[in-house]
Amino acid sequence: MAQNGTSVSIQDLSLSFGAISVLHTLNLDVAEGEFIVLLGPSGCGKSTLLNCIAGLLDISEGRIFIKGKNVTWEEPKDRGIGMVFQSYALYPQMTVERNLSFGLRVAGLPKEEIDKRIARAAEILQIEPLLQRKPSALSGGQRQRVAIGRALVRDVDVFLFDEPLSNLDAKLRAELRVEIKLLHRKLQNTMIYVTHDQIEAMTLADRIAVMKGGVIQQLDAPQTIYNRPVNRFVAGFLGSPAMNFIDGRLEKVGSDWQFAFEDVRIPLATYAFEKEPTPGPAVFGMRPEHVAFNSGAGWPFTTTANVEVVEPMGSDTLVWLKLGKQNFTVRVTSERTPNNADTVSIGFDPMRASLFDAQTGNRL
Amino acid sequence: MTAGQITAIQPVQEGQDQAGAGPFGPKPRRISAGRIGLYAFLVVAALFFLIPVYIMIVTSLKGMPEIRLGHLFNLPGEPTFQPWADAWLHACTGRDCNGLSPGFYNSVKITLPSVVISIICASVNGYALTFWPYRGANLLFGLLVFGAFVPYQVVIYPLIIGLSSVGLFASLPGIIIVHTIFGMPILTLLFRNFYAAIPVELFKAARVDGAGFWRIFFHIMLPMSVPITVVAVILQVTGIWNDFLFGIVFAGRPNWPMTVQLNNIVNTTTGVREYNVNMAATILTAAVPLIIYFVSGRWFVRGIAAGAVKG
Repeated sequence: MAQNGTSVSIQDLSLSFGAISVLHTLNLDVAEGEFIVLLGPSGCGKSTLLNCIAGLLDISEGRIFIKGKNVTWEEPKDRGIGMVFQSYALYPQMTVERNLSFGLRVAGLPKEEIDKRIARAAEILQIEPLLQRKPSALSGGQRQRVAIGRALVRDVDVFLFDEPLSNLDAKLRAELRVEIKLLHRKLQNTMIYVTHDQIEAMTLADRIAVMKGGVIQQLDAPQTIYNRPVNRFVAGFLGSPAMNFIDGRLEKVGSDWQFAFEDVRIPLATYAFEKEPTPGPAVFGMRPEHVAFNSGAGWPFTTTANVEVVEPMGSDTLVWLKLGKQNFTVRVTSERTPNNADTVSIGFDPMRASLFDAQTGNRL
Repeated sequence: MTAGQITAIQPVQEGQDQAGAGPFGPKPRRISAGRIGLYAFLVVAALFFLIPVYIMIVTSLKGMPEIRLGHLFNLPGEPTFQPWADAWLHACTGRDCNGLSPGFYNSVKITLPSVVISIICASVNGYALTFWPYRGANLLFGLLVFGAFVPYQVVIYPLIIGLSSVGLFASLPGIIIVHTIFGMPILTLLFRNFYAAIPVELFKAARVDGAGFWRIFFHIMLPMSVPITVVAVILQVTGIWNDFLFGIVFAGRPNWPMTVQLNNIVNTTTGVREYNVNMAATILTAAVPLIIYFVSGRWFVRGIAAGAVKG
């Protein structure tokens, strides 16, 4: 069924708990060695999907293939997966070494093989000095490393991560993020990674699947998702500070289109429409960092706006403007910080904008 | 103050300079009237509840002539341990005059297997109800909890009929079965709630590692269950040891537990009423639950504090 090079294939998967439907006829193909991130707000079904892949939840409809083998009804241990959990889920009464070897002992592997695999995992994750400790004597980062090691020793094809960094503080999270990326580069395993953290998603993923309400909204490379979101939800979910949205109308002037709100007209000559648009209500989206600031002419669209609030963030500064009656944020470098209540000129190229249908929220 | 007069007091004076007369340093401990009242009440209450214990102990150490003088609170003039020996070895229960000791061994024979079997069943119950929910699991759990509220007296007669029809009425296995059944609701509730507090991810991780029902139970859940098991042991040992009703109904005369024997000793109406022996016998019977509480008290605290999953 699955094509060559496909590691995990999910076909028409549905899951409902009683009357509540969590996942609806979901399809997802993950290539061999690919790093897929399932991204979405809490309750979007991303962890549920991961549990289905792991075999920890029985699905209602559909099929799951791993390495071309139909594992829909297989036990978790027979699926060739390793899983890392948010709460680490280390066995508290066992030492790190026993934690790592538990699955191998269950499988009845010979002692030498177990020792070999533990030594390899411990070396990769640099946890050799911790092997004889209990989980309670480890820090959060060390615990998560052991949890990754437990998946590593299983020598599996697919790694499943369920928000593995959410319990760590910001600094450790950044460190371990890089380590996971290095680990993926070293091992070349297929990895499916659930998170609600867009930075983790952007930095780690080969492709991101943005989920909402049990449906994959967009499955694309991080840059594509960031620059060309397919709908308003994806556009608003990714990016911090969030994309600016302006409600207005799409109008045709001669052969060119323009976006109109209040008394502002934005020419859309450079904007690449998905298909031939029709005049009517629309939403104009522009990322705060795609707006030039006090840079004079040379942009397809320039205007002036009043500064409401300035938020210095160290590396750069967030400026909250009023564009007509609409809020508009602009990210500028720290050297160019304006004062409160200044009037500033801004300019941008509508090429970088995203236009959405006012009703459906889909990209125009 | 000149520069040469640096003393240990100086930092304090500096603090006063900076903050004026405002408070600084650790908050002083004040004894308020409310505190005094509280402790006074606690001490009085403790003494009040200790009075019967005191009377029991001093009476058990007196000879009968001294007791007849009627000075209830006096310390024994000629302390003697004879009443204790009598209570243990010679006190009469009806026709037999073997003291309490046969009852003690009967109680041990009833309590030990009942505690072990009921806790094993309840921990498996709680584990299955929490991690392997099957169709009707919630209904079963609801029925079990309901069972905790059924008065014992209501089910005694049906139980007698049931046990006698399988030939277990008035036997040691019979009383053990009865105690196991009646321990089930509360113990299952106890274990289920304990396991419900364990992150389900631990169970999922074990499943991914390939462990099955029993392996997860014995290798992962049971080692974590020490605190709750101690609580369950305390509950069951004290409950079963103190039981009188089931013992007298279901155990049968040769297996009567200590509580029943104690009742027979104290209520024997022939001859002189030996208060000192009665007191000694009562203390002996109550000793086991008391020791359990004293020894295991700190385990309660440790049980609550234990938990190495998150941190």
